[in-house]
Amino acid sequence: MESAALIKVENLSRYYQNNCAIDDLSFTLNPGEVLGFLGPNGAGKSTTMQIISGNLAPSEGQVSIGGFDIIDSPREAKQLIGYLPEHPPIYHQASVDEYLKYCAQLRRVARSAIAGALEQVKLDCGLSDVGHRLIGNLSKGFQQRVGIAQAIIHNPPVVILDEPTVGLDPIQIREIRKLIKSLGHERSVILSTHILPEVQAICDRVQIIRAGKLVYNAPIEALDQGNEQAITIALKNPPDIEDLRKISLVDAVESVDSNHFHVFFSAESPAETIVQQSVRKQWGLYEMVPRKASLEDLFIELTHDHEADKR
Amino acid sequence: MILTIARYEIRSMFLSPLPWIILAVVQILLGYIFLAQVDSFFILQPRLLGLENTPGVTDLVIAPLFQLAAIILLMIMPLVTMRSIAEEKRNRTLTLLISSPLNMSDIVLGKFLGLLLFVLILVSLLMLMPLSLYVGTELDTGKLFSIYISMLLLLSSFAAIGLYLSSLTENQTIAAVSTFGALLMLWIIDWAGESINGGQSVISYLSLLQHQQKMMEGVFDSSDVAYYLLIIVGFLVLTIRQLDRERLL
Repeated sequence: MESAALIKVENLSRYYQNNCAIDDLSFTLNPGEVLGFLGPNGAGKSTTMQIISGNLAPSEGQVSIGGFDIIDSPREAKQLIGYLPEHPPIYHQASVDEYLKYCAQLRRVARSAIAGALEQVKLDCGLSDVGHRLIGNLSKGFQQRVGIAQAIIHNPPVVILDEPTVGLDPIQIREIRKLIKSLGHERSVILSTHILPEVQAICDRVQIIRAGKLVYNAPIEALDQGNEQAITIALKNPPDIEDLRKISLVDAVESVDSNHFHVFFSAESPAETIVQQSVRKQWGLYEMVPRKASLEDLFIELTHDHEADKR
Repeated sequence: MILTIARYEIRSMFLSPLPWIILAVVQILLGYIFLAQVDSFFILQPRLLGLENTPGVTDLVIAPLFQLAAIILLMIMPLVTMRSIAEEKRNRTLTLLISSPLNMSDIVLGKFLGLLLFVLILVSLLMLMPLSLYVGTELDTGKLFSIYISMLLLLSSFAAIGLYLSSLTENQTIAAVSTFGALLMLWIIDWAGESINGGQSVISYLSLLQHQQKMMEGVFDSSDVAYYLLIIVGFLVLTIRQLDRERLL
């Protein structure tokens, strides 16, 4: 699976002067996957996407797209991506057809294939009726669609969408979501947003980022398993994961990083036993949080500033 | 790919009224000057008749016309170049080009080529005026050609400088004012050269218009051409570097 990953981000860091926007971020995107990229404002979502798309240079770390490094072979890497930034890069004085044709040419779509690609993408994005109109005269929802159309016109295997539903009305949001979901059938999508139901509605996998660090990464099904209960524990001196599995009442244990573990159970909570064992064996338990099924709770829990509460 | 960008650039330029107005204003102003030059030539003509080796129409009408054109265009070219990159930065549309599979040099060369096309249109339109004299008289074709090439080179170097300064800011007005300042400085720099002993030749060598002077008289010196090409290449490289550098900020 690892080698087949379409996008591979390794130890990515990015500084603005001394300000650290992304701190040692690593993740992968698999083919055919819709990845939701969540985080509060200023967590580094847009910065990450700008780096993946080649608009920003990383301070440290590597990004490779389909095996091509974005710094060493940017042309090959960029050919594989469609990118919709936060502000759609549209020319207001151009008509939809003109603009999309120009985009197709920029992305090296073969001359003979341009007309077909244009028709297809207009059909996909619901732009067939507005082809001759000026982009500047279209509503925000249609401009956003033009932005998405621009990102997929060269049929890239990866589509990166940065907050595609911001500023739209509820009906437009639903349409755009439907569109994104249909994109996910053939392509991989990275979608950044801070609207949580959106992620639950569209994504296969969720990543939560906070202050430039990845704090959560799991398939969306993990959230839907409402009956299963879990607690997340943090240990200073964690034992072997097998030792945790042996604790009575525990069904399964999943490690998040070297210190954090998800402990799953079904009937009675093993919390008390874990505390007792931790004290006896000096595991150094410093955090124990009941894990909630709702993405919103999870999001708030993970991105909430605990330090500020203490002060 | 460069041609694609250049074509889109010139098209979108002509979607706004600004280049039309610029073409019209320049044409009207120079049309008037041309008329005045032709008029004064008619007054001078009888007196020149008796002299040997007299300057012709090309020297007395066309060369002065294009000397004035160079100065007028020095003030107007900043308005043409100001939008090329600054506007894309302001509207955040530069992302489209940067996330497309292009080199930074493709983007800059495409933009420059777009400006070059405009320059070509502008100079060719101006050239129609002297060509109209063919109806009534003989012209020095070689000199005319030399003037045409010198105008193209001069305006192309204006465009390269303007493109660079447009890449430094998102504000079109700032781009225009700084380009105007830079061009004016490169024009008047040889004034100071005249008063400084020794350093004179170096400083006046930098002057943009100085190099055009000889070409206007029909002396086609390859070192002058090299000077303009150097300016153009230099500022294009600076522009590419500037856009590359911005990704690191």
